[in-house]
Amino acid sequence: MFKVINKENLAKEVTKIVVKAEQIARKAKAGQFVVVIVDERGERIPLTLADWDKDKGTITLIFQKIGFSTKKLGSLNPGDKIEHILGPLGHPTEIKKWDKVVCIGGGVGIAEAYPVCRAFKEAGNYVIGIIGTRNKDLLILEKEMKKVCDELFITTDDGSYGEKGFVSDVLKRLSGYNFVYAVGPIPMMQAVSKITQEYHIKTIVSLNPIMVDATGMCGACRLRVGNCTVFGCVDGPDFDAHAVDFEELSRRLKIFTEAERKIDAQFNS
Amino acid sequence: MRQNVCQQPPKERIKNFSEVALGFSKKQAEIEARRCLQCKDPSCVKGCPVEIDIPGFIKLLKEKKRKEALKKIKEKNNLPAICGRVCPQEDQCEKNCVLNKKNMPINIGALERYAADYELTFFRLSFKIKQKLRTRVAVVGSGPAGLTCAADLARMGYQVVVFESLHLPGGVLTYGIPEFRLPKQIVRNEVEYIKRLGVEIKLNSLVGNTYSIEDLLSEFKAIFIAVGAGLPQFLGIPGENLNRVYSANEFLARINLMQAYKFPEYATPINIGKRVAIIGGGNVALDCARVAIRLGSDVTLVYRRSRTEMPGRKEEIENALAEGVVFKFLTQPVRIIEDEQGFVKGLECIKMELGEADASGRRRPVAVRSSNFILEIDTVIVAIGQRPNPLLVKVTPGLKTNEDGTIKVDEHLMTSITGVFAGGDIITGADTVISAMGAGKKAAVEIDNYIKSNIKS
Repeated sequence: MFKVINKENLAKEVTKIVVKAEQIARKAKAGQFVVVIVDERGERIPLTLADWDKDKGTITLIFQKIGFSTKKLGSLNPGDKIEHILGPLGHPTEIKKWDKVVCIGGGVGIAEAYPVCRAFKEAGNYVIGIIGTRNKDLLILEKEMKKVCDELFITTDDGSYGEKGFVSDVLKRLSGYNFVYAVGPIPMMQAVSKITQEYHIKTIVSLNPIMVDATGMCGACRLRVGNCTVFGCVDGPDFDAHAVDFEELSRRLKIFTEAERKIDAQFNS
Repeated sequence: MRQNVCQQPPKERIKNFSEVALGFSKKQAEIEARRCLQCKDPSCVKGCPVEIDIPGFIKLLKEKKRKEALKKIKEKNNLPAICGRVCPQEDQCEKNCVLNKKNMPINIGALERYAADYELTFFRLSFKIKQKLRTRVAVVGSGPAGLTCAADLARMGYQVVVFESLHLPGGVLTYGIPEFRLPKQIVRNEVEYIKRLGVEIKLNSLVGNTYSIEDLLSEFKAIFIAVGAGLPQFLGIPGENLNRVYSANEFLARINLMQAYKFPEYATPINIGKRVAIIGGGNVALDCARVAIRLGSDVTLVYRRSRTEMPGRKEEIENALAEGVVFKFLTQPVRIIEDEQGFVKGLECIKMELGEADASGRRRPVAVRSSNFILEIDTVIVAIGQRPNPLLVKVTPGLKTNEDGTIKVDEHLMTSITGVFAGGDIITGADTVISAMGAGKKAAVEIDNYIKSNIKS
């Protein structure tokens, strides 16, 4: 059992929880994730580590309450317990000195971009952050991102905060960078990838396919990268954006749509 | 006459996930126990990978001493309720039984189960551990090899901690074998027994990630790696990443581990259609087929050789047939066909014929030219085998492997890292529950020898 220490609603439908998980905190690195099972009958959901504190023995999870399990997780309060957490999983993001790095986070992906930004900054890079959401109410971690970025751009689809448009619009007009890291909705990662592909700039995306065990045993998370089938959980979650088959990834995310609707209705009633 | 166990009738059982084989009644067990010839030099024991004193426990059953019979079995086998259910006795003890010459071997499996199930209802067996040692040993993986090794070491007095990556213990016994063949309550009971021996089981602990082997070596005198063969194999044919193509591991893990058949009461879903194709001919393929039948689908099992070559247990093949699984032998899938949404809508296959014998001694299937045809199905489950789990090996420098991904060990089961042992499917490739248990037993002895020799020197 893992105790929820703190909880904060960061934006509409976006919740942050801090959970006691000493061993995971001890081992966590930027870009890794955990699998959470909220209660005895819960499913295994992968969530990226938004932060961790080795001294306090805590990890931070930030998630959007979009489905049954994330809503259940979001309904927990400090003092409540999460049944199971496994991690840290996946390869950490490869952090090295590229010089000028662009880190892009879309939607709740901002939470995943944050520790990666910080790690790149600590490695001595000049870090440009671009974060974007649909509207002002969904924006998270602006203050934190500012601290770890040398420059930070903010976009909203409707222009209710920052500049109107997409993160990719900002990327288009930037130059002089030699590495891009992007995490967020698939269309956003695809748009970013398209831009950098033209200039042959190394671009890494963090993918979140459907998983069950998340330890390489079931293959639910298989992806096509550079015409090879790989497993998101153990080969990823980071992949070369220019080699990822995004169409297949978005199609595979729809396998359980009907079931998700059904159980979600149950939560709401 | 050999006593056979009663089964749930096929028409009933395809509507539930309850156990198919119902086990012996008291009377049946007594009749069967009386049939045993009590051979002086019993050949059945030689067929048992964990060397249970088979005539010994059967004699006790004949004398109506069920508790003593169970104790006798547990001298050698820590998981008898599981072995009584899933061991291929027909290839092991029962094959060697002298009565097998008349095709009427003692039903040793059912007797073992009968003795073991006593513990489910009547009492909780535990063993007095003579001397408790301070020495700590880590076991990685709580499948049959890991649990067996942990139990044996605990009975020798060691402090044992088992690290399990999943949220439930049991490994393949929990995520792989379906409820109707091995009820999870049975697995829980056997695990409880092992805990009563003093073994600690740490769940949600993926060694390699949550703890490294180095971390464990700083706390434990020895480590036993028993992480099994959990890497699913795929066919490598077009369409394998379509929606509703599952590996057997994913399908079975959703059903057995996550209980997706009780969705939405349990939150993990499964999405299968009305017509399911299972690819493969082993026990895992048969398990998948019988699960799919219970989920209400029409099921076709596609196997590239003929029935004679099927590696699945005869009993399970018969069960699957009785439950309505259709077998398509000498059939090899070549392509999975998609609909407009990227879901499966068909399986293109080619007919095969048997040629010369191959390395496995079975006749090699050869494609019949221009014999392609399409099976109209909407779900594919690929059950063509598992390879050793590569995860721990990848992140553990110095842990050497063979070309097939199995971990290299010496004759004492020690790996290339001193004090780190390995056994079960991770060194042999996918094999039976009982051979993994045999490896767990051997590892316990080797680890004990290693620790004792280290103390002396």
